[in-house]
Amino acid sequence: MKTSTRQVDGVTIVDLSGRITLGEGSVVLRDQVRELLSKGNKKILLNLGDVNYIDSSGIGELVSAFTTVRNQGGELKLLNLTKKVHDLLQITKLYTVFDVKDDEATAVKSFS
Amino acid sequence: MSEQRVSYTLDSTLETVNSAEETASRIAAEAGFADEEIMKISMAVREAAVNAVLHGNAYDPGKKVTLNFERTPRDLVITIRDQGRGLDVSNIPDPLAPENLLKTSGRGIFIIRSFMDEVEINPSQSGTEIKLVKHVHG
Repeated sequence: MKTSTRQVDGVTIVDLSGRITLGEGSVVLRDQVRELLSKGNKKILLNLGDVNYIDSSGIGELVSAFTTVRNQGGELKLLNLTKKVHDLLQITKLYTVFDVKDDEATAVKSFS
Repeated sequence: MSEQRVSYTLDSTLETVNSAEETASRIAAEAGFADEEIMKISMAVREAAVNAVLHGNAYDPGKKVTLNFERTPRDLVITIRDQGRGLDVSNIPDPLAPENLLKTSGRGIFIIRSFMDEVEINPSQSGTEIKLVKHVHG
């Protein structure tokens, strides 16, 4: 999985592409979020528009990122879920746990 | 459709997990399943392979994962077996329970059960076998 980051109005947008799975994307995601937090970036928007596959380990990593950021007083939100990721978060009842957006501008404004 | 059976014995590595997923996807496609069903089958197999490699065999290079695919006119039957100590089926937490919702693991078997038509988990002292069945429709 590949990631790149950009800043928009004080929010760090992480553009992810590829698969978030055990041993691959899950580690990349974890490291990316840790690095952002270590630099004081606590408003994080994960753009999953190009994430075409996630397994239960990847879901676990999303949950871990969410709770880690929250425990440090920050916010982590999700943007542009593909159908596959959306359906998985629905059946695991995580869709209502995360703040999910489908428009970047709206997502950025929603951070407090 | 005639009955067909193929079996693989694989190492306890992440490559095995990827290989199991790809093989399941290919065989499900050959069996004529629709794209959505192929995705569900390959994901269920991936989750079962993760359980076998990571939890069952703990990446032990001395332990193998056995993967069987059997096509019948009515079903695709997939069996994944590890050589671990046997899964304690009574101790699998419900990932949908409020106290478990924010846990970072424990969703694999739930996803398997959500995506397959029948699931049997048979633990023993010599390992765990999980049998996944997808019915052929139409």
